[in-house]
Amino acid sequence: MESKEKYLLKMEHVSKDFYGTKVLKNINISVKPGEIIGLVGENGAGKSTLMNILFGNPIIHETGGFEGKIIFDGKEVNFASPFDAIYAGIGMVHQEFIFIPGFTAIENILLNKEPTRYSFFSEIFGDKLNVLNREEMKKRAIEAIKILGIELNPEIIVKEMPVGHKQFIEIAREIDRKLLKLLVLDEPTAVLTESEAGIAMKAIKKLADKGVSVIFISHRLQEILDSCDRIVVLKDGSVQKELIPSDTNPREVAEYMIGHELTKSIWKSKEIRKISETILEVNNLWVDMPGEQVNGASFKVNKGEIFGIGGLTGQGKLGIANGIMGLHPAEGEVKFKGKPIFLNNSKYVLEQGIAFVSEDRRGLGLILDQPIFKNITFTAMQIKDMFLKSLLGGLIKWSDDKAMIKITREYIDALQIKCESEKQLVRELSGGNQQKLCMAKVFVLKPELIFVSEPTRGIDVGAKSLVLDTLREYNRKYGITIIMASSELVELRAICERIAIVDEGRISGILPPTAKLVEFGLLMLGIKSKKKETIGK
Amino acid sequence: MKKKIQNIIENFGLPRIIIFLFLVLLFILTPFVGIRFDTSINDVIVRFGMNGILVLSLIPMVKTGCGLNFGLQLGIIAGILGAVTSIEMNTTGFTGFFTAIGIAFFFAIVFGFLYGLLLNKVKGDEMVVATYVGFSSVSFMSIMWLMLPFKSPNMIWAYGGSGLRTTINTKGYWFHVLTDFLQIKIGHYIIFPTGTILFFALLTFLVWAFFRTKIGAAMIVVGSNADYANSCGVNVDKMRSISVILSTVIAAIGIIVYQESFGFIQLYTAPLFMAFPAVAALLLGGATVGKASIKNVIIGVFLFQSILTMTPSVVSNIIKSDMSETIRIILSNGMIVYALTRITRVRT
Amino acid sequence: MNPGVRFLINYAVPIIFIILVAFAIPLSGLSGEYFIRELTIRLSRNSFLILALLIPVMAGMGMNFGIVLGAMAGEIGLVFITDWRIIGMPGMLLAMLISTPIAVLLGYFAGIILNRAKGREMVTGFMLAFFMNGIYQLFVLYGMGNIIPISNSSILLPRGYGIRNSISLLGIRQVLDKLIPLKIGDILIPVATFLVIATLCVFIIWFRKTKLGQDMRTVGQDNEVARVSGINVERTRVLSIVISTVLACYGQILFLQNIGTMNTYQSHEQVGVFAIAALLVGGASVAKANIPNVFIGVILFHTMFVVSPRAGKALMGQAQLGEYFRVFVSYGVIAFSLALYAWRKRVEKENERKKIMNYRKSILVK
Repeated sequence: MESKEKYLLKMEHVSKDFYGTKVLKNINISVKPGEIIGLVGENGAGKSTLMNILFGNPIIHETGGFEGKIIFDGKEVNFASPFDAIYAGIGMVHQEFIFIPGFTAIENILLNKEPTRYSFFSEIFGDKLNVLNREEMKKRAIEAIKILGIELNPEIIVKEMPVGHKQFIEIAREIDRKLLKLLVLDEPTAVLTESEAGIAMKAIKKLADKGVSVIFISHRLQEILDSCDRIVVLKDGSVQKELIPSDTNPREVAEYMIGHELTKSIWKSKEIRKISETILEVNNLWVDMPGEQVNGASFKVNKGEIFGIGGLTGQGKLGIANGIMGLHPAEGEVKFKGKPIFLNNSKYVLEQGIAFVSEDRRGLGLILDQPIFKNITFTAMQIKDMFLKSLLGGLIKWSDDKAMIKITREYIDALQIKCESEKQLVRELSGGNQQKLCMAKVFVLKPELIFVSEPTRGIDVGAKSLVLDTLREYNRKYGITIIMASSELVELRAICERIAIVDEGRISGILPPTAKLVEFGLLMLGIKSKKKETIGK
Repeated sequence: MKKKIQNIIENFGLPRIIIFLFLVLLFILTPFVGIRFDTSINDVIVRFGMNGILVLSLIPMVKTGCGLNFGLQLGIIAGILGAVTSIEMNTTGFTGFFTAIGIAFFFAIVFGFLYGLLLNKVKGDEMVVATYVGFSSVSFMSIMWLMLPFKSPNMIWAYGGSGLRTTINTKGYWFHVLTDFLQIKIGHYIIFPTGTILFFALLTFLVWAFFRTKIGAAMIVVGSNADYANSCGVNVDKMRSISVILSTVIAAIGIIVYQESFGFIQLYTAPLFMAFPAVAALLLGGATVGKASIKNVIIGVFLFQSILTMTPSVVSNIIKSDMSETIRIILSNGMIVYALTRITRVRT
Repeated sequence: MNPGVRFLINYAVPIIFIILVAFAIPLSGLSGEYFIRELTIRLSRNSFLILALLIPVMAGMGMNFGIVLGAMAGEIGLVFITDWRIIGMPGMLLAMLISTPIAVLLGYFAGIILNRAKGREMVTGFMLAFFMNGIYQLFVLYGMGNIIPISNSSILLPRGYGIRNSISLLGIRQVLDKLIPLKIGDILIPVATFLVIATLCVFIIWFRKTKLGQDMRTVGQDNEVARVSGINVERTRVLSIVISTVLACYGQILFLQNIGTMNTYQSHEQVGVFAIAALLVGGASVAKANIPNVFIGVILFHTMFVVSPRAGKALMGQAQLGEYFRVFVSYGVIAFSLALYAWRKRVEKENERKKIMNYRKSILVK
């Protein structure tokens, strides 16, 4: 009896592993009715997995389920699908908007739960031929909007609404569910202006006052501190600590989130080279890359250095390279070797001597159905006319397979790419070897500057260090400047000489690899470092 | 064993296997219904030469990701223009043949360029737009055939009518110039059209060679993954345009070879549905909406033309009625529907 | 983009058509009364079929070339009632009754196929129509009189099986048209037929307000959002095609009832193209079609149809030219509409992206 009243949600000893890797370890979280819990954690800490388990996402069932117990509203639950979770009273507002742009706010708020009026035809053809009860729909929509406390004309088509209002519609849709007991919000204020965010937080507090519990996932630490009753910090799949906002401060939260220094930084201060010639200057870069928007980033990179870009997922660190390389629409001023370069033109950038190892290895790094030797040499063939034999006085440029195979063999050797032969199809290689291929492809171009994004993602541990070592080797041997974006702070601190942290699409600070971990954490959480900003030298 | 059969069925697709078995059945039945085996073979070879190039023309566009060229008629119209102009100019023999090709070439490049511009603006919906552009252009040309100032008495309506006739005879101009070239007689009934087959082989070689050049390699990558090609600095739109022009030019040549072998130039509404048999043949040979190779062309044309040749003779001898038209409709259109519903699975 | 330009682009097709028609009418030398009579007949004859196209558009299936399958179902029904020599209203109603299950089956089949060709519905649709034409021939040209017993030898081919190229439908000719006779001047107005059409319009308007209608609208705009919200996307799409096919079946019966003869193998061939062209001429697009589009489309399209041969003769001295011209226009309208729509879609997406980008800049620049 008492557990039912005290706690709405109890997650006991919840663990999950994905193909052998333990992603969640012994999670114990309890939420009281009407409580607002803030969930904080780095990339890969386990926040999304935990929410997927709670919500009954099919991906969890397809990968072996989970261990532990979830008790919701006094009953043990294991939702087979998100619809069961919704039916039980759990609502979720995702980061990606889920609405029909051509429908009004009313229609979206009531999407697939529209109240209907009886019609004769439903006798023959089923419930679906009942007529929508538009008056009831409008009433319910207005109620939900009222709870949010915003001014919104519900008859307007969502497509025409300002972005902030679209977010409110998402929340309103969940609020409309009469059975709602627990609302999960995933980065709800990401697209809101400051004032809109304030309104949203007020609305959520009102909800909580009514007895609805809220789990609030955000990386905006200030908001979490301002509005949550309790903060749960996840790190590496386990609950690091639970904190009460009034009893803590940003620094403490950041420390728990990012962890303590277990060993001293691998760098010794004097090892960090002092280079001063600027090779790349970025001013006010805006990139429209869905999921990784860049909103006015500015920084300078020095010739021959390894420059790191870190930050939480979705904050824009991957957008910078994609924008400059012309893969997504970009605006702003970028100067390479002092000369301004044209944006939105991948050919031009490649011709200038800048190359890119994309984070989307399979989608933008390789042609899986082609053999290794064609993949490695394609870009070089197109940009620099390499591996071609000129026939008929230059009229015909014929593929020189022999030359392609020769250089492929060299790189297979140099990078130790495990394969049957240079003619093997790329799709048959392991992740690590595919990544080495992508790097070989870039090295063939003999660029002066390389962007590398998520170089060790999806690669087993053994191959990880090889990839990083290769980057360092080519940097030292050939003087190639490397700009590396990665979610793994450990990697960045291992080989980069300076690390910029991207938050909300901007550079929130640049730190040396020897800086304390917590400083990185604060920058990621949107807390400006108290130290003076070190943007470029 | 069962898994192996299942694998084969999945790889080749059930319809293709059914059709292949049907064909084998027809071949087996031939002697029993009193048809000479060698005349059938001869027919198949002749028709192969006649239709092969038209099917070959589909390759560049499929390889570059522009889908199946349902707008084949544009190339065909260019070819017809070349053919009638060469007859208007009274050229004969090989000169006539190559004049036709030359003029058609010019028209095909213009048409192909415009067609390519259009297709670039409707990426993702190429096939349906192409179909109706193809249909409307045939209808438009029907008006043109009536109005263009052609004067050759062999082409215009007799008794003072104006405009070109519906079919124009190539006899006396360049009929069978290729077919008769170096022809080999085998036995009584087989006349191997060496010239036509050689010409087909030549064009096949040119297509193969084209895809081994820098531009060809770029086009293949565009067809595989346009975003990746773009990230490598390739101008995707330009590559697509080139593929469309190439396809249109080859189609123009293809229809002239067809007319050379068939003996007639067919105008007005005849080209209306010519894209479908060509597409069906390619698909029958193993191609998909996103992938086609020369191997598919050869196998496909052979299978398709075999069925078209064998069915009427065999079936009508058994059922005593000519079902060939109906079977052709079911076969070629069914093949296309099947290919369109095949979701290309990206295996990870 | 200023709203005037946007209007012109959105309604480019009907505008061009109005200009064409305005030009051609005086050229043809046909009288106003002739037009009114012709248009009345054509409105009553064709509207039902075109209305059948509206529901798939709502569900995001584009222009449903599969209405040809419905037309075929209707024709099979008519073959049977002619065989059984049932005439008058009972005849027509019985034809509708028999062909309904066939239409449902064909519609279901078409829906499943189209679901497997997402993104290519229109191409697959008309290839399917061509394919089914072959199956229809198998059935009607070879099966009937053979495996399917036909007793009325007057509709069979001389060889003993297979239906003739053209069957007389005298028994049901204009049976609905003349049900409620009304004559204005010289013109006979098929009141009952118009009533039936009006009923269909009311049905469509009502249908939009139902839960199923709303589901279709949702699916039509975004499959993924619909799916995530719990709507069975596949089933909804199939249903839209089934409804459309059944309506097309009745529409074809209505059409043939007016004409009085059935071209067994030709009547349904151009049904798809002409209906779709008419709808597009009325200002519809692949994603949006409403009832006014249908009627405006019929009037404009069929005016052009009537006018072309005469205008062709007046202009160039050849009526044949006019006939080719109207075929060209039918195909051309579809090509142009589709291309325009595809282009518009891309431009809109780009504008939307720019708008969001600008908005972000305005709130994030400090």
